[in-house]
Amino acid sequence: MSKPDMKINIAGIELKNPVMTASGTFGSGKEYGEYIDLNKLGAIVVKGVSDTPWKGNDSPRIAETYGGMLNSIGLQNPGVETFIKEDLPFLEQYDTKVIVNIVGRTIEEYCEVAERLGDTNIDMVELNISCPNVKEGGVAFGTDPFMVEEVTKAVKKVAKQPLIVKLSPNVTDIVSIAKAAVNGGADALSLINTLLGMVIDIDRREPVLANIVGGLSGPAIKPVAVRMVYEVAKAVDVPIIGMGGIMDGEDAVEFILAGATGVAVGMANFINPTATIDVLSGIEDYMIKYGFNSIEEIRKGLVISDF
Amino acid sequence: MKKLYYPTIIEQKQIAQGIFSMKLQCDEIAGTALPGQFINLYCKEHELLLPRPISICETDKQKGTVMLVYAVVGRGTESFSRLQKGDMIKVLGPLGNGFKIEKGVNIHMLVGGGIGVPPLVELSKHLKGEVYAFLGFAHNPILVGKLKNYGAKILVATEDGNVGFKGNVIELLDKKDIKGDMIYSCGPKPMLKAVSEWAKGRGIRAQVSMEERMACGIGVCMGCTRKIKKKGEKDWQNRKVCTDGPVFWSEEVIWDE
Ligand SMILES: Cc1cc2nc3c(=O)[nH]c(=O)nc-3n(C[C@H](O)[C@H](O)[C@H](O)COP(=O)(O)OP(=O)(O)OC[C@H]3O[C@@H](n4cnc5c(N)ncnc54)[C@H](O)[C@@H]3O)c2cc1C
Ligand SMILES: Cc1cc2nc3c(=O)[nH]c(=O)nc-3n(C[C@H](O)[C@H](O)[C@H](O)COP(=O)(O)O)c2cc1C
Ligand code: FES
Repeated sequence: MSKPDMKINIAGIELKNPVMTASGTFGSGKEYGEYIDLNKLGAIVVKGVSDTPWKGNDSPRIAETYGGMLNSIGLQNPGVETFIKEDLPFLEQYDTKVIVNIVGRTIEEYCEVAERLGDTNIDMVELNISCPNVKEGGVAFGTDPFMVEEVTKAVKKVAKQPLIVKLSPNVTDIVSIAKAAVNGGADALSLINTLLGMVIDIDRREPVLANIVGGLSGPAIKPVAVRMVYEVAKAVDVPIIGMGGIMDGEDAVEFILAGATGVAVGMANFINPTATIDVLSGIEDYMIKYGFNSIEEIRKGLVISDF
Repeated sequence: MKKLYYPTIIEQKQIAQGIFSMKLQCDEIAGTALPGQFINLYCKEHELLLPRPISICETDKQKGTVMLVYAVVGRGTESFSRLQKGDMIKVLGPLGNGFKIEKGVNIHMLVGGGIGVPPLVELSKHLKGEVYAFLGFAHNPILVGKLKNYGAKILVATEDGNVGFKGNVIELLDKKDIKGDMIYSCGPKPMLKAVSEWAKGRGIRAQVSMEERMACGIGVCMGCTRKIKKKGEKDWQNRKVCTDGPVFWSEEVIWDE
């Protein structure tokens, strides 16, 4: 039996398969490149990059919860220049697409990073307006439809590569946010970022995270993420990259059935360094088992019966 | 390519109240591990997703075994303590950078507090010259016999005076006043801070093995940072305990937070 065709297309760019890495959970690929063949990935989405270096939040930054984890990294990163100089040449050796997640405190900062990346051969830009761990920028942009449209428009104007907008689940109506991003010119959407949460150590009677609150990821958030992808996919015409608690191929298929074109693997990398590759072969197994010929077929394959 | 290992547990025993030692058959890790490195242990329970970092206490390269010593402090370590000889466990490693062993260092001072003692055991086997082990415990000493077997001169302090000197390890350092060439320390943060100050006061260089909550353990998530200011740098940086550490030069650590 021939291998199923796993190619997908996002904003005119062809990916060899739908499996990507979730920003911030894969660094810039070097570390996991010692465990897997990066050439096998559809795309590598690198950690959030800002115009100047960011120090991030105080530690502890990690708290485990039932079936998930909270993080409050605060987008620590060495800045776009260092990224271009030190990380990009490594990524360029591989036959996979490179998507750069960009962060900022103001619209100007976002634009600066997008402009600087315009001079490089990265494949796409992912606008992170959904990080719950920074006081300014981040989620402040991502929770108000007006701001979402403004920042998307501004970045779209200067970006040379297709623009993905990454949405926050910390909103009452994800669909209005998604529509605002599309109105602003988003070529694709990715969702979800982490859900704001809190963990308290009852023995010490203090929050575990130095930042008090942090973003929840992992299997615990998957049903929320699948629901949001489903709602957004019905409402907009741009491709969606689904993520949130994908641990294996079956989880990924759930997102595709909900309407996602691509899928991203986040926290699962920390539990299994080959998670991305395992997700990929899991999707392939599913396609063979049910005779699907393309990802597009799965995406259109959800059955909703009227009872 | 690096990968996860699923070694068999060949020995598991309680060595003190709430403290266990576990021996794994894992040639790959035993063959490459350096003193001061750690491994990530994964729990069987699916809801406990993140790995638990545990220092390598001792390796036997010939037999291909790795010994760990851990305290039961929560659900993960409790789960490890229920595993038995013959069970398998998922591990990643060896991880992190070990202690630096420099030439020309003749008098070594190991300073360990409680569950910080284990990594000093493997280290002691690699040191040439005189080795003093200053070990502080609340009540019950652990691993003293092993360190002694490997040639360290043992100095024990317990907080309640159960064994050895009554007091903490810093008071013991003060009392003995041995002028070593290098300190290697692992233990709770307040102890490491005090050791760092003690070393500075006497002009002895010190390496400290730090702990922080981790997710990936391989330098990806930026979850495990500590404020570190390297020589010549104007300002501190949040550096990763998992891959920049866990061992740092004490003078580079920003202690006051
Ligand atoms: C480099 C390094 C080496 C270590 N070596 C040893 C060792 O040799 N022996 C030993 O007994 N312990 C060691 N620890 C501490 C050990 O990792 C924790 O005690 C353990 O993770 C607690 O897990 P738990 O599920 O029982 O506790 P819980 O409190 O239920 O754990 C909840 C979460 O917090 C994390 N966590 C809790 N305490 C710590 C801690 N002190 N450091 C880092 N993460 C923590 C856990 O990994 C888990 O993700 C080491 C820690 C580090 C960072
Ligand atoms: C440690 C950590 C760091 C993250 N950093 C970023 C980031 O820099 N930019 C971003 O858009 N999302 C970031 N995220 C969110 C993930 O990309 C992803 O949206 C989220 O974790 C849900 O997926 P998961 O459940 O598979 O982890 C981070 C998540 C984690 C756990
Ligand atoms: S634990 Fe992920 S960077 Fe250290």
